[in-house]
Formats: sequence, C-alpha cells, structure tokens
Amino acid sequence: MKSWLTTTDHKRIGLLYFFTAFAFFLIGGIEALVIRAQLAQPNGHLVTAETYNQLFTMHGTTMVFLALMPLSASFFNYIVPLQIGARDVAFPRLNAFSYWVFLLGGLFLNASWLVGPLFHAGTLNVAPDGGWFGYANLTERQFSPGPNIDFWLLGLQILGISSLAAGFNFIVTILNLRAPGMRMMRVPAFTWMTLVTQFLVITAFPVITVGLAFLMFDRFFGAHFYVHEAGATPILWQHLFWLFGHPEVYILILPAMGIVSDVLPTFARKPLFGYTVVVYSGVLIGFMGWGVWSHHMFSVGLGPIADSVFSATTMLIAVPTGVKIFNWIATLWGGDIRGTTALHFAVGFIAMFIIGGLSGVTHASPPTDLQQTDTYYVVAHIHYVLFGGTIMGLFAGIYYWWPKMTGRLLSETLGKWHFWLQFVGMNLAFFPMHFIGLLGMPRRVYTYSPELGVSDLNLLSTIGAFLIALSIFVFLVNLLRTRTHGQRAGNDPWGGATLEWSIASPPPVYNFSVIPTVANRLPRWKTEHHEPMRDPPATPPAPIHVPGGSWWPMLAAFGLPILALAPLTHTLWLALVGAAVLLAGIYLWAFEPFEV
Amino acid sequence: MTHAASAAAHHTSLGLDSRKMAFWAFIGSECLLFTSLISTYLVYKGKSVVGPYPHEILNIPFTSVSTFDLLMSSLMMVLALAAVQRGDMRWGKIWLFSTALLGLVFLGGQVIEFTEFVHKGLTLQTNLFGCTFFVLTGTHGAHVSVGVLWLLTLWVRALQGKLTQANAMTVEITGLYWHFVDVVWIVIFTVVYLIQ
Amino acid sequence: MNEHSQNEHSHPTADVYLRVAAVLVILTVLEVGVFYVPVFHPVLVPVLLVLSGAKFTLVVMFYMHLKADSRVFTFLFGAPLLLAAVVMVALLFLLLGALTLRGAAGAG
Ligand code: HEM
Ligand SMILES: [Cu+2]
Repeated sequence: MKSWLTTTDHKRIGLLYFFTAFAFFLIGGIEALVIRAQLAQPNGHLVTAETYNQLFTMHGTTMVFLALMPLSASFFNYIVPLQIGARDVAFPRLNAFSYWVFLLGGLFLNASWLVGPLFHAGTLNVAPDGGWFGYANLTERQFSPGPNIDFWLLGLQILGISSLAAGFNFIVTILNLRAPGMRMMRVPAFTWMTLVTQFLVITAFPVITVGLAFLMFDRFFGAHFYVHEAGATPILWQHLFWLFGHPEVYILILPAMGIVSDVLPTFARKPLFGYTVVVYSGVLIGFMGWGVWSHHMFSVGLGPIADSVFSATTMLIAVPTGVKIFNWIATLWGGDIRGTTALHFAVGFIAMFIIGGLSGVTHASPPTDLQQTDTYYVVAHIHYVLFGGTIMGLFAGIYYWWPKMTGRLLSETLGKWHFWLQFVGMNLAFFPMHFIGLLGMPRRVYTYSPELGVSDLNLLSTIGAFLIALSIFVFLVNLLRTRTHGQRAGNDPWGGATLEWSIASPPPVYNFSVIPTVANRLPRWKTEHHEPMRDPPATPPAPIHVPGGSWWPMLAAFGLPILALAPLTHTLWLALVGAAVLLAGIYLWAFEPFEV
Repeated sequence: MTHAASAAAHHTSLGLDSRKMAFWAFIGSECLLFTSLISTYLVYKGKSVVGPYPHEILNIPFTSVSTFDLLMSSLMMVLALAAVQRGDMRWGKIWLFSTALLGLVFLGGQVIEFTEFVHKGLTLQTNLFGCTFFVLTGTHGAHVSVGVLWLLTLWVRALQGKLTQANAMTVEITGLYWHFVDVVWIVIFTVVYLIQ
Repeated sequence: MNEHSQNEHSHPTADVYLRVAAVLVILTVLEVGVFYVPVFHPVLVPVLLVLSGAKFTLVVMFYMHLKADSRVFTFLFGAPLLLAAVVMVALLFLLLGALTLRGAAGAG
C-alpha cells in the first residue's frame, strides 16, 4: 500500500492512471446512459432540465479531462520510457505529482454531485451545468449564482496543472532520455505522437488557464472580463476557450493515432508505411491545430475575412489527417495480417475516424455549419472522432499493451465480443445523430417534441448507447478474468518491433537490465538491411540503483484542492492552509535526497 | 556506477541538462500565458465605460524606476551565476541576496502603486482597465514573488554551505526564471505604461 | 538531432554582463525619453516596440545565454514565442474588429 502511495515508478503511475481514468470513464458513461434514457422518447421526464444540464456538462468534462486524456497518459507513462529504452521518466516525482493532482482534481469535480446539502441545495444540484465549453456570460455569477460553475472552473484549473507538469516531463523524457542510437527518426510513432501532444499541452493549457482565471475574478471578485455592460465582450471567452479547445481535440486524438501507428505494423508484419510522412504529418497537424479555432465560432458572425480564413485552414488540416489514413491503409495492404482484437480496434479506428473527419469537413464551410452548429449533427461528429477515434484507438492500445503491463493476455474471444458489440453499438448510437441533427434537433436541450419526427431515431440511438455499455461490461469481465485465467504473455506475445517487447512482462522495476543500443527503427525485426537486436539479459550484470518513493509530491498535490476550496466556501484560512501545504510539499520534495 | 543516475543525469541523449530543458519548456509555456493576458489588455484598451483611464493614473516616473530596479536585479543575477560558476561563494551570496532584495523593492513599488490606484478609485471592479491592469501586473507580481522566495532559499542554502559551485546549474535555472520575469516586465512596461 | 557530445558552452564574462546592462539602461532611458518628447509622438508606438524588442532580445541572448546555448533551448522557447505572437495578432484582429463593429452599431 505505502509503496503505491509513494511510488515514483513510471509503470506503477501508468497503472494508477489507467484504473483511475477508467473509473471516471465508467462514471461519465453512466451519465451518458441517463442522458440517452431521457432522450429515448419525446417529452421524456426521467430527469429535470436542471439535472440534464448537469449531466451533459459533467459527461463532456469527465470524458475529455478525466477519462480520455488520462487514459492516454497511462500509456505515456507506461510505454514511452520502455519504447525509448529509458529506466524512468526524466522527473519521476513530478510524474507522481501529476497523477495525484489529476486524481484530486477529478474527485473535486465529481464531489459536486454529492455536496449539494453543504451549499443549502439538494444532492445532484450543484454539479457544473454550463457545458464543457462553459460559455460566458452564462457562467457569470449573475446568471449562475450557485457553486456549480465554481466547481467546474476550479476543477479545471487543478487538472490543468497536472497536464502541464506531465507535459514538461514527457518532452524532456523523450528528447533527453533516449537510449544510445535512438535518434529522433528511430523513435516509435506512438512516442512521437506523445511528444507532439505534449507540445500542444504546454502551449494550449496556459490559454485556458487565463480564460478561467478571468472567470474566477469575475465570479469571486466582481471583475468584468466577460460582462457586456462594462464594455467587455463574452466572445473573448469563446476565443480563449477554443484557442485551447481545438488543440485539445488533437491532444485527444494524436495519442490514439500513435497507438494505431504502432499496432498496425505489428499485426500486418510490415513496417509502418511512410514512417517519416506519418511523423511529419503528426507534427504538421500539431502546428495547424493552432490555426483553426474559430471554426467553432462561425455562428458568432466573425465577418467574411475571418470566416474565409478559418474555413480554409480547417479544410487544409484534413490533408495531413488524410495522409495518415492512407499510410495506415498502405501499411495493411499486402501485409501478413493477424486479426487480433487489437487489430480489430485499430482498423475500427480508421473507419470510424474517416466518418468523423468527413463530417468535420462538412462543417468547415460556414454556410453549411450554420445549419449544423448546435445541433445533434455536431454531436455525431464529435462522437465519431472521440469515440470512434480516440476510444477505439485506446482500446487497441489496451489489448496490445495489457500483456506488457500485467504479464497476461486478455481473452481474444471476449475481446472480439467486446469489439463487435462496441462497433455495432457506437454506429447505432451515433450514426442516427447525423439525421437527428439535420432534421433540426438542437444539442444540450433536455427533451424534444414528437412533431419533430426524430423519436424513432432517438430510440435507436439510445439502444446503441446501451449496447456500448454492454460491450464495456464484456471488457470488464475480460479484465477480471485475465487476472487469474489470462494466458501468460512472455516477453513478446506479438512479435513487436520496438524495445518494450525486449524485456519481461511486466518489466522489472529497472526496465532494462542493460540499456540497449539501437541501430535502426525496427530494432527487434529482421529486415533486408539488418538482423534483430539481442534482447537485454534477464538478470542485470551489475546492480541497478532504483530510486525510492516519496510522499512529498502527494503532499504538494493536496495543497491544490485545499486552495480551491477557499474561494468555493469563501474561507480565507483555507487558502492559507492550502498554500502552506503546497509550499511544504515543494520544499520537502526539493530538499529530500533522491537520486534518479 | 551502473545505475539510473548515469542514464538520467550524465549521458542524456542530447547532452543537455534535463532540468534546464524542462525549464525552457516551462518558459515557452509561460509565453502563451502572458500573451493571453497582454492580448486581453490590448483588446480591452479604451473600452472602459467609466474612468479612471490609464493616462489619468499611470505614473511613468515611478514605474521607470521600478523598471530600472528590475533590470539591475537581472544584472545581479548574472553576476551571482558567474560568481557561483567560478566557485566564489562569497560574492555568490552577495549577488544572490542583492537580486532578491531588488526583487523585493520591485514588489514594494507594486504595492505602493496598487494602493495609490485604489485610493484614486481604480479597483478590480471599477472598469475594464482595472480588471485587465490588475490581473496582468498582478500575475507578473506573483511571478516576482515566487522568484524572490526562490532566490532567498538559494541564499539561505548558500549561507548554510549547501549551495556550492557544484550547484551552478541550479543557480543558472533560477536565473532563467528570473530573467524571463524581467523580460515580461520589459514588454509590460512598454505595452501598458508607455503606449497609452 | 542525434547524439551531441556534452554541449560545452562558455558563459559570457562579468564584463559582457556589465556592458549589456549598460545598453539596457540606455535603451530604457531612451524609451522614457521618447515618451516625454513630443516630436516623437507620431512614431511613438513603432519606436517603443523596437526599443523594447531590443531589450527583450539582449536579455534573452546574453543573460539567458540563448545565443551560445543549445539550439534545442532556442526551439523550446522560440517556437511557443512565435506561436504566441501570431495568436496575439490574430486575437487583436478578430476581437478589435468585433468590438469596433459593436461600438458602431451601438452609436448608430
Ligand atoms: C478532419 C478533421 C476535423 C475537422 C475538419 C473538424 C471540424 C470541426 C468543426 C468545424 C467543428 C465545429 C462545429 C460546430 O460547432 O458547428 C467541430 C467540432 C468539434 N470537433 Fe471537430 N473536426 C475535425 C476533427 C476532430 C477531431 C480529430 C476531434 C477530436 C478527437 C474533433 C472534436 C471536435 C469536438 C469535441 C467538437 C465540438 C466542440 C463543441 O462544440 O462542444 N474534431 N469540428
Ligand atoms: Cu475544432
């Protein structure tokens, strides 16, 4: 127990990220099921409009910040150091800090479901209810007097710190901790995409931090950053949010793209087609991702110049995305394909992501977007890219790397059930939404009338959602069964090309008994140019120093939610306590002997 | 010495110090933070619907002195680094302390300035100028405070004999932070105070 | 970007630091001077931007040693800085446009 609380081992932190994020994924999923149950029939009355607002807000916020980002982070943690031949990340304690901040931030946000009575309101009454994008000036105290938005903005500030800290850590890890011979152009695609993602994190998060800080000053200290009467414009929030928000969607998809770029070659037994192009288009997507944010704001009326520019950049960004898709297909082409569950998910990813990308391009054009924006059509888009894309990609990663992380293979039979149920379920749930939206049903409204003519489609969609839930249940059964019944994985169950497969599953604390020297991009494969490398010996030839754990990152992390409680409860001394805890944590951390 | 330390601290793949690299990344990230604040200041410039307005209240001579003070603190900082690098801890301590002291003077100046503005009727709640001005310069001031705390910590460590030539990299990184904060002030001084 | 050997960069001497400081002070005096001398007012903004840009560059190049240090650091700082600059220009364009329009509509 203590060794888990104080751990600084990237593998353990990776597992902690996984289980925590998966728990939040289940919570977000339950919220989605309630939403779908409410919408199963016209004039539904399962929940009130107020509860509905909280449900969709918490669903979106949870899935983005507490499920998908940290599930990706679980692979950054576990896999990246293994892929580059390192013994840990560059700053193991900072890594632990990131995890604890994430956990506490997530708990802080979700506590809002339960603590209504403390704020003289019922339970299920003070959860955030302004949408995951929290548009100003609806979020101002004047229009949202309760603590709902406070939970949201303080929770997001906390989570931002976690992501930023991890961002610096992984950038340095990938640039500076590569094994000898592991040049940048030999780094596996997943690690490359992790690097691009982290650059997006460290540049995009400060912008939302500022936007949220303004909101904080408005709500707690009576400032006017988004108050129209004071001469301000709420559009400022939209710009700051989407300046962050669009890079954020690439933060969500690039890791999944990286996973797929590693899974496909393994199961097609062919090197990734056009590795260099895949890497560069990932970098290009990262850059271009910064130049399209206003496509979320066409309905604001930005004027013809801005509309045209952002429409053009948005259409252009589909090009590097398309390039990647062709590379993946070409990787499969003529390959010696093994239809494992991981491959199913990877191929499912490609197919679903194409559909999501296409609907994206349709709302790149302002005139059509004006018909689509704020309707269920956009909901269809985001779920094809985020569920069909990110989640499918993450599941490909789970089936692929679970054996490495636990030493046991997930059941392929259950895996196939999981895949097909999820695949059918998601298309049933999200494809009808295209029509529901085009027929005129707005998003974020808690019910609809039968006259709209979308009742059957909505029912279909709800059935799909419950199929997805069933598929996730199958996955959980698979996880549990694997603990005891899973086949032993050995070092390398798949015949992978990259370094993580050269060591035991799960790897020993020190990862590599001897740091490997890398001579090419596919070190463990035999190609026309080279023989496979020799795996490091099972026992280290010389003793290896492994850093001990530390309590202080966790202590420092606790300072943040305490600090956040101060404005929430209007208690000054909590701010002082929070700051003191944070400082104490940092000082103890800085001065404790800790040799990496 | 076949332990992780050799991999992490000594033979890094770029031959660069990991902490320094992380710090440069952090500074890059901070660029976006301050840009968002400065952009907002500029966007809302001249949009306040009630006074006081910038030209009525900003005290250029006073702030010029603060600016000079911060520039000099940057000089002290590099001198501290140079001293520590050549192992001259006596001057290292003196310069570190002077840097922190000048930082404190700057903060004192900011306190005086803010108090005066409040007396003249400019608060966070007054108008958009108040919002953007206080949050921008306040964020900068918070960065200076962190820097002062950090510098004083190093100074105390040096007094205790725990900060030596071997820790020159620590001083260098502290300097990176400190100079960055100075650089941000260079921009703020121009954009907020001189271009009204 | 492959295995560089230990990147030994020589730090400037105290002498260089002092000279840079002198230039910084002169530039600051110039800035304040330009602000107070009416003849400069038509070109106040560009002159001030150039002067403060020069100060910025001097501190970054010499006090933060970017001039002599690894290119990796230049990238880690320069790329976000460039991005920030572009974002700032875009934001000013987008939001000042929007606010001006609204002001005009309000006046009309
Ligand atoms: C070909 C690539 C893509 C294009 C052209 C594109 C385009 C767009 C556009 C124009 C919108 C605004 C629609 C509206 O609100 O009217 C939008 C919304 C959205 N997109 Fe995409 N997109 C693409 C890929 C992605 C990816 C890869 C993701 C995430 C993994 C994503 C996630 C989202 C989300 C979450 C929203 C909705 C935000 C909200 O209003 O809540 N998109 N997309
Ligand atoms: Cu977007």
